[in-house]
Amino acid sequence: MTTILGLYNYWIVIVLMMIGFYIIIAHGHLIKKIVGLNIFQTSVFIFYISVGKVEGASAPIWQEGIILYSNPLPHVLILTAIVVGIATTALGLALIIRIKEAYGSVDEHDIQAMDNQDMVNQDKEQQQC
Amino acid sequence: MLAHLPILQVIVPLMAAPACLILRKPKLVWLFTLLASSLAFIISILLLQQVMVADTISYELGGWSPPWGIEYRIDKLNAFIALIISGVSTVVLLAAQTSIEKEIPEDKQTLFYILYLLSLTGMLGIVTTGDAFNVFVFLEISSLSAYSLIALGKDRRALWASFQYLIMGTIGATFILIGIGLMYQMTGTLNMADLATRLPEVAETRTVTTAYVFFIVGVCLKLALFPLHFWLPNAYAYAPSIVTAFFAATSTKVAAYLLIRFTFSIFGISFSFTTLPMETLFLVLGLLGIFIASTVAIYQDNIKHVFAYSSVAQVGYMIVGFSLSTHAGLTAMLLHMFNHALMKGALFLALAAIIYRVGSTRIADFQGLGRQMPLTMAAVVVGGLSLIGVPLTVGFVSKWYLVVAAIEKGWWWVAGLVLLGSLLAVIYVWRIVETAYFKAPMAGRQPVKEAPMAFLVPVWLLVSANVYFGVDTRLSVEIATAAAKSLFGVAQ
Amino acid sequence: MFAVVMLAGIYGLVSASFFVAMDAVDVAFTEASVGAGISTLLMLTTVAMTGRTEHMASHKPLLALFVVTVTGGLLIYGTFDMPYFGSADAPIHNHVAPRYIYDSMKEIGVPNMVTSVLASYRGFDTFGEVTVIFTAGIGVLALLSVVQRPKSDAVIEAINDSMHEKHLILRVVIKTMIPFILLYAFYVQFHGDYGPGGGFQAGVIFAAGIIMYALLFGLSAARQVITQPVVQLLSAVGVLIYGSVGLVSMLNGGTFLDYSVLSADPIAGQHLGILLIELGVGLTVASVMIIIFFSFSARSEYQQAKKGESL
Repeated sequence: MTTILGLYNYWIVIVLMMIGFYIIIAHGHLIKKIVGLNIFQTSVFIFYISVGKVEGASAPIWQEGIILYSNPLPHVLILTAIVVGIATTALGLALIIRIKEAYGSVDEHDIQAMDNQDMVNQDKEQQQC
Repeated sequence: MLAHLPILQVIVPLMAAPACLILRKPKLVWLFTLLASSLAFIISILLLQQVMVADTISYELGGWSPPWGIEYRIDKLNAFIALIISGVSTVVLLAAQTSIEKEIPEDKQTLFYILYLLSLTGMLGIVTTGDAFNVFVFLEISSLSAYSLIALGKDRRALWASFQYLIMGTIGATFILIGIGLMYQMTGTLNMADLATRLPEVAETRTVTTAYVFFIVGVCLKLALFPLHFWLPNAYAYAPSIVTAFFAATSTKVAAYLLIRFTFSIFGISFSFTTLPMETLFLVLGLLGIFIASTVAIYQDNIKHVFAYSSVAQVGYMIVGFSLSTHAGLTAMLLHMFNHALMKGALFLALAAIIYRVGSTRIADFQGLGRQMPLTMAAVVVGGLSLIGVPLTVGFVSKWYLVVAAIEKGWWWVAGLVLLGSLLAVIYVWRIVETAYFKAPMAGRQPVKEAPMAFLVPVWLLVSANVYFGVDTRLSVEIATAAAKSLFGVAQ
Repeated sequence: MFAVVMLAGIYGLVSASFFVAMDAVDVAFTEASVGAGISTLLMLTTVAMTGRTEHMASHKPLLALFVVTVTGGLLIYGTFDMPYFGSADAPIHNHVAPRYIYDSMKEIGVPNMVTSVLASYRGFDTFGEVTVIFTAGIGVLALLSVVQRPKSDAVIEAINDSMHEKHLILRVVIKTMIPFILLYAFYVQFHGDYGPGGGFQAGVIFAAGIIMYALLFGLSAARQVITQPVVQLLSAVGVLIYGSVGLVSMLNGGTFLDYSVLSADPIAGQHLGILLIELGVGLTVASVMIIIFFSFSARSEYQQAKKGESL
């Protein structure tokens, strides 16, 4: 019982992570993939932060009289990771805009089909040469 | 200044990158980038010299001693890899301005150099740091700049390849982050040396095993180990040719470094190879990579695809050496990292020259090039011979050490398979040689001139290195052996 | 797709409140501004350019389910030996953390422990982070920038007048709010030592103010104030400031980013160092966010102009 109480928090986070991961793999729409990536990364952040929490402690800002503080190191790591996440998202979205311009679609299957068609056309051209 | 070399190795390209925005003209930016990269190369040589004598150099950033502060730790392994990275970067840059003139529009050329420097920074940072989370940060720097550089390719498929790489690369990086988080949770530290001391106590826990698995899977995604290699062929094929030359020689080496570092120095051989069936797993995946990738390479029409699949196969060779988990196996792997950088650097740079002149990447368009671009095609031939593993080239040296290491371990059949893989390489190299030398140029095509000096100089520099280090192997073997020995000495 | 993006934004906001519950106030601040703010904004801009509907292609969920189950199962397997949630005797609380918590006040003199770890103890990680955001800015520029001819004043006036009628209330309210937002950004920047805040959050808030202006008054009007070359230069300057602080420390005899040697009194040196690098961080983050948003909008205008030409 104590195991479940002590660990349920991590299990919920893992479920969140897997939802995000599933979205990335299963969905074809490129923006949805980015959203899935975001969910995946944010749940990893939640995991780190919950690791750093101490029962009954306060936020890690020094105040007279408070002795127990939560661990500041995971917070620092996650601040960095959030920035990395937004950087990746921004770049991914910029790529999607360019892909839309070049291919006319933002669905993975359509794009793959167009690429395959290109290869087939190239082969035909070559045979004619 | 000498005491600050470890951090200067990373700071020089890092600060050069934003400084490029202040300069305006692309040619000036190119010279500045070349300068920064050469400086990084010189620093890596000095560091390697220091470390061959002194063993390990430690540099405390911010004046805080580890594990409270971040530490830069240089030993023989990472000095060697930093040398490879900065060396290839500088040589490739010599041809960069000429190559991108035809492939990247002028208003984006300055941005190209900034991204190039950032990519160099990221890779050097991963290799020199002694802190696990710092690895993640610099991994992201190198990855983000890589996605942007690849997307600068002319073909629209470059965009799609870059996006796929972004998705797979970010999943890999997040797995690495999960691994680091789990390691941190069980030991309380992020410093690599400190982790190595504290992990044995908690090595039996399931959490640490999970941490290892996630970390290794993340690294293998970046390493393009079969079956996680799907992003690599398209990314290499559609990126600007100079970018391919740079990445083919360096990016997988960095991932291989992380694999070695975390398996040997941090988790320890006993944990990594006995708790989990890593030996068998890596051996199987490595061999599958060699055979499947080489076979696919034979059927490709785009010459960059041929050599990209060949790179996946070469990663397979490295992993086979790794899976032996002996001193000789690790030496073979390190040697192959050095030699493969030389081989693929030369090959892709020569390809860049051909693409510059011919304007196409289809093998069919290379008919008759042997006569029209003799020096460049000769370089491709030597590079190809090196890939196959013909004596007098570096390729032979790595295959030899790998085969000997396998026989030493008693795995005769592995040695046989390695030699068989080389035969497949003969087939795809022969296709190119045949088209270029034994077919007449296609009717109605403009004859092409030899490549400009800007290409010929760096290409032949790398080709000569291929031959030189294939004949006089003392330098590379000595460093690789010493590095392997130091890793085995630490991890027991 | 609109619903998807909005829900993603709400998810970001909810995780920010979760972070507050976990005592991670700095992180909550950043997640709220970045995850719920900038991220949603960029996604909406992208959806505007790529279409709101998604056609339901048949996707094969079996492989995905398999991979996800294996990964999730492995992770859950790994949780069984973890220290329990909230326990104070976990390894991470007893190794490096005590020094960060109890000694940082006298070693660095800054009450916000997260700032002292971020800016001083692990200052190099933050340098890497600034570089990451700079890389993203350059990458977006490389992908999306178009050579723009600045519109004449008359055209800008025309856009201004037409939007004036449509969004009157918004414009009046936002015009009053923007100075306060920018002031708040400065407050967060400089008060980061004493409370939640710091360079990143400040940079994002500042950028948000500018972006609001651009959204309501038009990109061209905003570009007149914040020109492209200037904002690109500022992003580079931020990174260079950060690096220069490190170089100066080296020249003064310490290692890279050792602030104690920046002044005669080590504590004063630490304060100075932290102030300067947070400034560098705020500068780069604000400029890069502005660059990214401007690039996205400019591309959107470019696309519309092309559509107009081809019609």
